[in-house]
Amino acid sequence: MKAFAALYAALDATTKTNAKIDAMVAYFAAAAPADAAWALFFLTGQRIKRLVGSSTLRAWALEATDLPPWLMDESYAAVGDSAETVALLLDAVPTTLASLELGLAAWLETRILPLRDLTEPERQAAVLGWWRGLDREQRFVLNKLLTGALRVGVSRGLVVRAIARLADLDPAVVGHRLMGPWRPTPAAWQQLLEGDDGAADASRPYPFFLASPLEAAPASLGPRDRWLAEWKWDGVRGQLVKRQGAVHLWSRGEELVTERFPEIERAGLALPDGTVLDGEILAWNDAGVMPFAALQTRIGRLKLSAKSLREAPVRFLAYDLLEEAGQDVRGVAQGERRRRLEALVATAPPALGVSPLVEAADWPALAALRLQARHHGVEGLMLKRRDAAYRAGRRRGDWWKWKLDPLSVDAVLIYAQAGSGRRANLFTDYTFALWDDGRLVPFAKAYSGLDDKEIAELDRWIRRHVVERFGPVRQVAPVQVFELAFEGIQVSARHKSGIAVRFPRIARWRRDKPASEADSLASIKRLLSARA
Amino acid sequence: MRDRRAVLELTPEGLFCPAGGFHVDPWRPVPRAVVTHGHSDHARFGHGHYHGAAIGEGILRRRLGADLPFTGHGYGAPFALGDAKVSLHPAGHVLGSAQVRIEVEGEVWVVAGDYKREADPSCAPFELVPCDGFVTEATFGLPIYRWDPGARVIDDLVAWWEANAQSGRTSLVFCYALGKAQRLLAELGQRNGRAVFLHGALVSMVEAYREAGVALTPTAAVSDQPKSERFRGELVLAPPSAMATTWMRRFTAPATAFVSGWMRVRGQRRRRGYDRGFVLSDHVDWPDLIRTVDETGARRVICAHGQTDTVARYLREAKGLDAVAIQSLRDGAGDDG
Repeated sequence: MKAFAALYAALDATTKTNAKIDAMVAYFAAAAPADAAWALFFLTGQRIKRLVGSSTLRAWALEATDLPPWLMDESYAAVGDSAETVALLLDAVPTTLASLELGLAAWLETRILPLRDLTEPERQAAVLGWWRGLDREQRFVLNKLLTGALRVGVSRGLVVRAIARLADLDPAVVGHRLMGPWRPTPAAWQQLLEGDDGAADASRPYPFFLASPLEAAPASLGPRDRWLAEWKWDGVRGQLVKRQGAVHLWSRGEELVTERFPEIERAGLALPDGTVLDGEILAWNDAGVMPFAALQTRIGRLKLSAKSLREAPVRFLAYDLLEEAGQDVRGVAQGERRRRLEALVATAPPALGVSPLVEAADWPALAALRLQARHHGVEGLMLKRRDAAYRAGRRRGDWWKWKLDPLSVDAVLIYAQAGSGRRANLFTDYTFALWDDGRLVPFAKAYSGLDDKEIAELDRWIRRHVVERFGPVRQVAPVQVFELAFEGIQVSARHKSGIAVRFPRIARWRRDKPASEADSLASIKRLLSARA
Repeated sequence: MRDRRAVLELTPEGLFCPAGGFHVDPWRPVPRAVVTHGHSDHARFGHGHYHGAAIGEGILRRRLGADLPFTGHGYGAPFALGDAKVSLHPAGHVLGSAQVRIEVEGEVWVVAGDYKREADPSCAPFELVPCDGFVTEATFGLPIYRWDPGARVIDDLVAWWEANAQSGRTSLVFCYALGKAQRLLAELGQRNGRAVFLHGALVSMVEAYREAGVALTPTAAVSDQPKSERFRGELVLAPPSAMATTWMRRFTAPATAFVSGWMRVRGQRRRRGYDRGFVLSDHVDWPDLIRTVDETGARRVICAHGQTDTVARYLREAKGLDAVAIQSLRDGAGDDG
């Protein structure tokens, strides 16, 4: 645990990628396989179920420290994180650091996970005892584990590079072996380093190839006919794996989502064994693609009701072929992969289709089609180089996303709330409003889009212009105007304004605009009709 | 309630002693000011006359002007201002920092300014002054703020410097120009005694300390070094304002650190983008703040800076004291830590 806590602190302390890789390599080189396997579990973003709620954790810490509850609340407000607040406050309680050092795996398997089977008082007694035996760094990591919120600031790519360096392997090999959920066992760790023995997991997907945003003019890409153009769908990216008679559907977050989309699973069974498709999961009815919000009704639910199956039927639109007849064909040229994909899917049931090519003779013609993207219910275009291989991760040059410019609106800041983590103590969560009949109606929240300097400046302004407090929320004078950009707009009964926007973020601080000149709800509702 | 005027009143200019006709650390120009120390949110421009600790004179004159109308007083030496008997006592915050003891008709108030209880080789240690009323800072007035022993922090810093030096990197340490920088130089002088390089903005205050007789590790200005100097393995001190400026181009892949009480909280560390945060403060932490109020024996407490509401409420509810918070205009002017 000490070594893992030190690794966490080292990764947390630096933003330099080489320092992060060095820290991981050093940790893995020294760790027992069981500990390394668990560390990798957390480093790749997987989590254990929350065993203790954060308010419970704070309540236990109150008992241990004998502070008045309001002081705990104030401390928490200043820190913005329960696990850290508790770890800091417990410095007031003498530790008995004599306890035996246990490895990460032993901590999880013999202490933390078995909490599940204990009663609440037993859990409390156990945790209070552990706190007394750990230093602050370890207490913090323990608290994060207990609350199921341990997140480590490394990208998957860095973890892959660290393991590749440790095991002297090609990062692409490590990346592929790491696909799918990681089972934190010594055997899995050994297999990762030494390779599996042919009995590869039949469900294992390939690393996704990610497109980069096209910022230059498309003509800079060269002749139009070297590129395939497809719509950029607003769904869930997925990989459909058919092997050994079974279908596995993976989301881009490497989550197995087969059971949520039985239509796709059934359609996939028609594919020959040894087939892997890359494509998009979309809600799709007789009229064609449905808004993302419809798909969300299928994602959010654990149990699928007949109603949601009927109201939001789904479809898998494939746009790439990664494995054919059991052979990895990612090295085959894009155009040829596409040709084989079309042949393969031609006879599949309707729930499985191929994303059509967008045909246009030249770039200007394609640009004109792109402008109609919103009418087609898509986000823009994808451009894929005809002779490109299917690569792993985000590599520039072969796949470009050419999205529509976002919609935007000028809105007034009306509420602010302090953020958490890096933004604890700063007012960074903003609510914006639009005019409606002389009143300001809240319509969107946005958390990002300002740089650190602007955040600090706005924070100072907010502190001086609080009109009213509602718990942690501050109502501020309606003065500051911001241009908000967003990707889509929906009618919503759940929102006061009657609309919901997708991916709202701050595009610009409109210091030049008085609040009275911000946009009205009516003007944004006109965008709704434009979409239909 | 009381027949006579209070010993201290809050006026738009700051805390005022009517019997003595002077303000303490006023934030607007007044005829007569007693200043607790040289930080710019305490010692401001434009007062008619300044009183302060004699040992801090060099700092005040460098900050506010060589011809500053200033009267210096030795620690513990009483002097009269109007009908008030005044004396200055070490606050342990920075060189020349003073608590102002004010006695009027037998009632004693102490305005502590900023202070700390921990040992600091660059200034006189805090002296406990019993009083009826105590004006305290509350910069770190939350129980999350609890300092590890300073010696351990310095050990960590020296170890970090040595590790960087082994890989040929420059250790770039950011800290406040008055107080923290000299405390580090004094501590390092007692450790390895190696020379430390200084950003130009630190040079003048370091000179002020040396003139006052404080022993510091040898220093040299970065700007005095030849262009070819790469500062490999060296430690360089700089003010936080130099972070992420073109000045940093002088160094190849430096390791950066910030030394401040604020580094105790992870969000603060991450937000500021330093590689390392060393938690070392010239202010009292929560336990020392509460302990100090206890030890002065004061029944009335004014919390004047920082987490004032929180500390005042705690003192009222947990200690049964008559404690109030005042919002000074210097709040938000940039907390030194």
